[in-house]
Amino acid sequence: MYVQSWHAMALSCLAKQNNIMESAFSAADLSAVWLAFKLATVVTVILLLIGTPIAWCLARSRSWWKGPVSAVVALPIVLPPTVLGFYLLVAMGPNGPLGHLTQLLGIGLLPFTFAGLVLASVFYSLPFVVQPLQNAFEAIPERVLETAATLRASVLDTFFSVVLPLAKPGFLTASVLGFAHTVGEFGVVLMIGGNIPNHTRVVSVQIYDHVEAMEYAQAHWLSAGMLLFAFLVLLPLYSFSSKGRRK
Amino acid sequence: MRVVSRFAARVLIFVCLFVMGQTAHAGEKITIAAAADLKFALDEIVVLFKSTHLADQIETIYGSSGKFHTQIQQGAPYDLYFSADIFYPRTLEAEGFAASKVQLYAVGRIVLWSPSRDASALTLSDLADPGIQKIAIANPQHAPYGKRAEEALKATGMWEKIQSKLVYGENVAQAAQFVQSGNAQVGIIALSLALSPELAKQGDYALILDKLYQPLEQGFIITRHAVDNSLAREFARFMAGKDVRAIMARYGFVLPGEAK
Repeated sequence: MYVQSWHAMALSCLAKQNNIMESAFSAADLSAVWLAFKLATVVTVILLLIGTPIAWCLARSRSWWKGPVSAVVALPIVLPPTVLGFYLLVAMGPNGPLGHLTQLLGIGLLPFTFAGLVLASVFYSLPFVVQPLQNAFEAIPERVLETAATLRASVLDTFFSVVLPLAKPGFLTASVLGFAHTVGEFGVVLMIGGNIPNHTRVVSVQIYDHVEAMEYAQAHWLSAGMLLFAFLVLLPLYSFSSKGRRK
Repeated sequence: MRVVSRFAARVLIFVCLFVMGQTAHAGEKITIAAAADLKFALDEIVVLFKSTHLADQIETIYGSSGKFHTQIQQGAPYDLYFSADIFYPRTLEAEGFAASKVQLYAVGRIVLWSPSRDASALTLSDLADPGIQKIAIANPQHAPYGKRAEEALKATGMWEKIQSKLVYGENVAQAAQFVQSGNAQVGIIALSLALSPELAKQGDYALILDKLYQPLEQGFIITRHAVDNSLAREFARFMAGKDVRAIMARYGFVLPGEAK
């Protein structure tokens, strides 16, 4: 019910602004923006779910594998997106290991699908979620956890009532960076997306196409919109964190 | 300490020699921006040209014609521009970005290509077959081969039927690569690519009737950037030679002044 009324409100807002929107953004542009945000939302949720245990293990472990695992998680920061795009295209293809698996499971092949982009983006944005979480977890003193344990709090209880509140800024940073980095993805999408409207043509690719087709006006509108979005998303993040440091 | 400085001196001398070796290069240099369909044919032409120009450097960059057009308008340092659609160099000439007239050098053909099925018998109407889940074409928005593929699909009434299966490559070579990697079953690509050694050994092709699409007239220009570059002019003249025409014909291009 709530969702429905929200939807109706959004629609009426959109209708009011229709005149402005129509001149600036085509339906294909809006669909590309919507798709990028949908992709980023799904990816951020998945990354928070799998990134949290990874970050926790990395923050608490003193084992020899901490180094190698951290390096693997950080790979996408260093690797050209083309490397990731190339390997994913081959791996997810009909002769690749991932392709074999998805075909066995009856999902079909992942390249040129939204699910394929989700999988690629999860790899691509992993360090941007894991690293802030890991930093936040590492900042929690061992003492606090020991105290919780002496009070007979279970591991899960400790996590939800002690770790989570203490690591809240870390979760905020991780979500924002994971989301924003996925929205900004381009190279990997170009290589495995196949540029399909409503499925894999995200806003970054749409801008590229406008530029190549010399549709500069549309490219400007979308690019300026993305610039504003990126700034507005990052602004509170850095404003909050600088306040925290001053304390 | 002395050992270290002696080592440093040696490295320095080596670096100096290397840099001098680079700048002492006697020949001239040209950079060619070419449509992706020329990838294999132009590589061969450049090897042939180099065999008589040992001191000169020739660099080739392949991509979509539309992209290069935009880049040249923005001052990209390309000396020659080979487009898959003569429309692009014509606009550059009209806008004053050319240092030569537009030369028609070939007419391209589009084909259906597939490594996973007998493509020699394929027709456009076969694309509706449910066994074909993905069909790769170049992006019609800015890649000439994609535009022609779209025209042919629309002319046969197949466009609406198969639109949901289409995936778009950034240029025609990426469309071919989508098929080559097995992620799409069929591609509508350039005949010149289907005839390249790499793709020819993997799959067969079927020509698409040239009545179904506007001719893919391909033109090149010497850009304004190369107005004083004699090597660029020499290469332009070389393109009209017999040897080059033989290579182009071998890659399936119809040559200007020749009946099909």
